Amino acid sequence: MTNSGKDALLIVDDLGKAVNSPEGRLTILSGVSFTVSAGDTIAVVGASGSGKSTLLGLLAGLDEPTEGSVVIAGSNLNDLDEDGRAALRAERVGFVFQSFHLLPALTALENVMLPLELAGDRNARRRALEVLAEVGLAERVDHYPNQLSGGEQQRVAIARAFATEPKILFADEPTGSLDTRTGDRIIELLFDLNARRDTTLVLVTHDEHLAARCDRILTLDAGRLQAAA
Amino acid sequence: MNPLVLALRQLRREWRSGELAVLIAALVIAVGALSSVGFATDRVRQSVERRAAESLAADIVIRSRNAISESFAQTARELGLETARTLEFPSVITTPERGQLAEIRAVTGGYPLRGRLKISERAYGVASETDTLPGPGEVWAEPRLVGALGIDTGDEIQVGAKTFTLTRVISYAPDQGFSFVEIAPMLVMRMDDLEGAQLLGPASRVSHRLLVAGGRGAVDAYRETVEPLLESGQRLQDIEDARPELARAVERADRFLNLAALVAVLLAGIAIAMAARRYATRETDTVAILKCLGASRRGVLWGYVAQLLLIALAAGLAGIVLGYGAQALLLFLVKDIIGEALPAASLAPAPWSLALGVIILAGFGLPPILGLVRTAPIRVLRRDMGGVPVAGWLVYSIALAAIAAILIIETGDLELSLYVLGSGAGGALLLGLGAAALVFGLNRFRRGVGVAWRFGVASIVRRGRDSIVQVMAFGLGMLVLLLLAVVRTDLLESWQAMLPEDAPNQFMVNIQPDQREGVRDFFRERNVEPPKMQAMVRSRLVAINGKPVTEIDFSGPERSERFAEREQNLSWAGELSDSNTVVEGEWWTPEEYGDALISLEEEAATRLGVGLGDELGYDIAGERITVTIDSIRQVDWDSFEPNFFMVVPPGLLEGYPATFLTSVYLPRERAPLLLELVRQYPSVTVVDLDAIMAQVKSVMDQAALAVEYIFLFTLAAGVLVLLAAVQSTREERRFESAMLRTLGAARRTVLAGVVAEFTLLGLLAATLAVVAAAISGWLLATRIFELDYQTSPGVWLIGLLAGTLFVGATGVLATRRVVRQPPLLTLRQR
Repeated sequence: MTNSGKDALLIVDDLGKAVNSPEGRLTILSGVSFTVSAGDTIAVVGASGSGKSTLLGLLAGLDEPTEGSVVIAGSNLNDLDEDGRAALRAERVGFVFQSFHLLPALTALENVMLPLELAGDRNARRRALEVLAEVGLAERVDHYPNQLSGGEQQRVAIARAFATEPKILFADEPTGSLDTRTGDRIIELLFDLNARRDTTLVLVTHDEHLAARCDRILTLDAGRLQAAA
Repeated sequence: MNPLVLALRQLRREWRSGELAVLIAALVIAVGALSSVGFATDRVRQSVERRAAESLAADIVIRSRNAISESFAQTARELGLETARTLEFPSVITTPERGQLAEIRAVTGGYPLRGRLKISERAYGVASETDTLPGPGEVWAEPRLVGALGIDTGDEIQVGAKTFTLTRVISYAPDQGFSFVEIAPMLVMRMDDLEGAQLLGPASRVSHRLLVAGGRGAVDAYRETVEPLLESGQRLQDIEDARPELARAVERADRFLNLAALVAVLLAGIAIAMAARRYATRETDTVAILKCLGASRRGVLWGYVAQLLLIALAAGLAGIVLGYGAQALLLFLVKDIIGEALPAASLAPAPWSLALGVIILAGFGLPPILGLVRTAPIRVLRRDMGGVPVAGWLVYSIALAAIAAILIIETGDLELSLYVLGSGAGGALLLGLGAAALVFGLNRFRRGVGVAWRFGVASIVRRGRDSIVQVMAFGLGMLVLLLLAVVRTDLLESWQAMLPEDAPNQFMVNIQPDQREGVRDFFRERNVEPPKMQAMVRSRLVAINGKPVTEIDFSGPERSERFAEREQNLSWAGELSDSNTVVEGEWWTPEEYGDALISLEEEAATRLGVGLGDELGYDIAGERITVTIDSIRQVDWDSFEPNFFMVVPPGLLEGYPATFLTSVYLPRERAPLLLELVRQYPSVTVVDLDAIMAQVKSVMDQAALAVEYIFLFTLAAGVLVLLAAVQSTREERRFESAMLRTLGAARRTVLAGVVAEFTLLGLLAATLAVVAAAISGWLLATRIFELDYQTSPGVWLIGLLAGTLFVGATGVLATRRVVRQPPLLTLRQR
């Protein structure tokens, strides 16, 4: 499954996740291996309950696998504790979610500043303003999330994701909560920023139209990876 | 990111949304309750201490029969304290016509360091306070001396070898003491005038005093420094020693009011815990996002701890302001008990109150936050992965630790704190069981009622745990109010009902031996049963089994010293009266009349640590007699007959100066005939027991009012528990109400369901309170006061009704907005 191994940014090896449920041990994900090179765009597709979100969580170190390993930019997540993984995310990883996940207590600007400040950036404010301008929200920086439309909220989320110039960006159904036209514009923005910054993009979606724009599509079925499309 | 900055940003937002209002209000109430007690007792304590300090004329006094070394004064001055010296000795003052023994008090500048002298220009003239002292060659004297010598200001008097001019009359000296007869009248002069007067021979009976006063810290330091240096014959006195009984009463009131305030703290704590739980639930997403964006667990924790601290400080300050205002009203309510202008409240209790705010919030608000920071970051992708709640035992342990800490801080008494914690936990368990039985018992009534009531019942039963907490909270609040308002009156009335109808209500004391027959005749002529006369012979206990009482250590039980040191009245009796029962030994026979025997009241014997066969030595008018304890009596003081701790047989004391006392029962309308008696016998003092009882009752009423006032905080905290519970179910209620209305229910029907729910909740709480108050009242009456308990059912009914309506109205008001919202809006928001 490896392709250009020399600058592999994300190496997934025999990854699996099982949980205990009332019906016994339940395997959600099993034997998943793949490698992503810097600058690639990857779509993970699959039906509801196929394990997409679980995979994304493991890739980003939000959850711990029961078997296998994930290596991001040379760091094996298994070697890090929760705080270590958080520090890695602060430095190298960006996120865009289906439900935006902006902090309601913070303004658009403060939301974008947050990951910069967590990473210890002294120019957080200036950088955040730059990125917000880049996503077309220069006029709305002092608005709270509930004062913004869904599309605007997702722009803020994208600005927040790109603000730290992460090596890799995970997106979970980024258009899932938006109407088609707004969704299309968000996709344009996402791919545009990705291309300009040469970020690696891992996208979870069941939107085939969106998946088709990626360099590679990984299909999950019942927790196992199907042959690459 | 700086956790404080994030905390401030989040707080700003939460403040605007009003989500933290209940939590903050609960904390304000808790701190307000504690600090109002703190401020009020601080004021009373200051006043008591000031009076105690005045009676010393200083903060610390060193007394000695010999001159006090200058080094003691030097040490005080080095600590920045003020000093003054006095020298007292008896001497005869003469005018060309007369002579009079006086107590000469020579003083240095600065005297008195605490309190002020009051002087007047002429004897019995208008007195005013002064900061000055007699000039050289001048003296000031007490009116008694002026009267005895027949002089007035401007006249000359001879003191030792020197002539002085009397310039002022002293009407008050802070340290003049309380005895009006035994000490010779005082004459004040300057210390440096003493030498010329050549008064002090080597054998003079002189008392030296070094007065020291200043800031509290320096005074404490001074005491620690000099106490080890005191020589024999030197005695150090400070405010502690000079404290009157009142100071102890203040301490007790302080503890009791603090315990009362603690009930409010407990309920506020429950409201805080509920509000914090909701807050933590709402913040779960935020924590997941923060962690996802790279925040460390510690960073998140500090962010929330910083928020809690900011809240604790802000709410603590608001609580202090509330408490400061509340204490003024509290002291106004009890102004007749305290009876004087108090010094302004100091801010000394404020830092404590602030610390208490932090402890309360940490105890009740921190546990949900500890669970919150353990939220798994995966929640950003999978909503079903929630926060990790903290184990129940840890939550309760932290809360219990906070309550225990506050108890120990406020009462300063570990044993009492443990006792209160233990009995409080027991009481809470009983109340909880009662509340649970009531809540789940409701289910039985689900079938027989209409849709609104069924919905109300269902709401209470389904939110079982929250319902129990609310019923307990309101039940406790109402219980304490009922206990104070109803049970107290019931107990007092039951007690009064037990007293014999014709129990004596008028006492006459100071009847001279030759007035005995006249007084008896006075009543006989007016168709009042002529009363029995009882003798009173003033005496002083001087020895027990031959050992002088001054050498016996009576420290321990508080009243022992009083028995040993005060003058006592001995009486004699041949027959044992109805209100007395001999519990040890035998009552004397007529053959034993005149023997040197004594019968002691049970408690007096215990306090003095004596029993049958022990010998007591009494000084009566300078003569010494010794009597042997022949019997121990139990006295029924409730009979209101005149009774004595110490009684001897007839024929022993008849030769000593005695006065007589007696008592009669007079119906209220016949009381005016006592005026005639007093007119006929002006030396007789009449004590109207009815008036004293009325006074006692008014003091009790005022004290109860003060406690009830503190319990108002409890009720307010109870309301906050309800608000917190409503708040935590708001989304659920909003959805239910929208669903019901979508299904076709009229808004009125939905509202009726809410009314039913809270009215029932109020009924349950009031039932719990009334039953618990009735049981407590009955237990107190039968087990502790041994009374036939009578209670008025009407009062309980009113309690039931008032409680139900109060909770019902509060609940409906709090939920109204939820029900009003249009259903579509609600369903969309979801």
